[in-house]
Amino acid sequence: MSKTAAMTPDTVSDTTETARWQDYFQLMKPRVMSLVVFTGLTGLLAARAPIHPVLGAIAVLCIAVGAGASGALNMWYDADIDQQMRRTRGRPVPAGKVKGEEAATLGVVLSLLSVMFLGFAINWFAAGLLAFTIVFYAVVYTMWLKRWTAQNIVIGGLAGALPPAIGWAAATGSAPLNAWLMVAIIFFWTPPHFWALSLYVTTDYAKAGVPMLPVVKGARETRKQILIYSLIFTPICLIPAFTGLGGPLYLAVAALGDLVFLVLAWRVFVSKAGDAADPRLADRALYDVSEDEKAAGAKAARNLFAFSILYLFALFAALLGEAVVGLQALELLK
Amino acid sequence: MNQPLDTKDAQEAAKKARNGRNLALALGLVTFVILVFVVTLVRLAGNVHPHA
Repeated sequence: MSKTAAMTPDTVSDTTETARWQDYFQLMKPRVMSLVVFTGLTGLLAARAPIHPVLGAIAVLCIAVGAGASGALNMWYDADIDQQMRRTRGRPVPAGKVKGEEAATLGVVLSLLSVMFLGFAINWFAAGLLAFTIVFYAVVYTMWLKRWTAQNIVIGGLAGALPPAIGWAAATGSAPLNAWLMVAIIFFWTPPHFWALSLYVTTDYAKAGVPMLPVVKGARETRKQILIYSLIFTPICLIPAFTGLGGPLYLAVAALGDLVFLVLAWRVFVSKAGDAADPRLADRALYDVSEDEKAAGAKAARNLFAFSILYLFALFAALLGEAVVGLQALELLK
Repeated sequence: MNQPLDTKDAQEAAKKARNGRNLALALGLVTFVILVFVVTLVRLAGNVHPHA
């Protein structure tokens, strides 16, 4: 899909005189920012390197602002898509509260500020990783992958996965294997998470012309891909327990969570989630989906989506908890 | 869409929104200046201690 003229400046808003500061804050996708703060902080502390608390806080702030900046750039560029989907049409640009060019300006200014400040205050390796993350999300994912391929969220997921490595780099000036393990966990978590969501909002994506996997390949292929990525994701979650990154608490959380994740992914695989909205299955005589099957399928997809959020949070909370305890132990040994 | 600014209520709302934006921008700038100052102090202190 190419970017259409559906959202020209004339159709957006003639004035933003009544825009509140909260509307500009919404451009930064605060919920995504909170996740980035959490994973970035975990990376920073899991490095178990001495860093001044003020500098640590500045690093996390820069990562959060950088994530917010890429969110603003995304909202500017995707206003035409956002306007067509129920989930996103209330965002400040498609709702006409903020002009597209203002969102773009905010994104560019905050990108420059966050990267430069992280570089000058902490180190330039972390700043370079943050700059790469912003460009990858705003340019590679938003402007290219999202409208071009059904693998958009697989490759684009790298942007959302990098904050732990940035945090680690901020603390140590390097990013060893353990930092990239955290990146890998989020990277392989992203496809089953988003595809589970897309199975029950397929019609919205189809309407907006976004080539999400269920729209392009169908619900059945999506359910298969969810299972495949779950089979890759779950063993990766266990690796940190054997590389010194995670301890016994992490191993317990990962082992139990992996089991539940696989069960839920299997339930999605054997369900008919997304079939009701699949345009490929218009001939109901060949492949009929009853109301019960439709409800069961949607429930299976919702369960996996909800659990995936909880599980990622639990994994990083375990790493964070163990890192904090480990740092306190280091202090006591001094 | 925003309502036209030709009524008194709309003008009041626009003024209130503008004040809010100005205040948020001012707070952001002051916070940034304070952060630069604090980072400078911390980095300077970090460089002074090893030689003390």
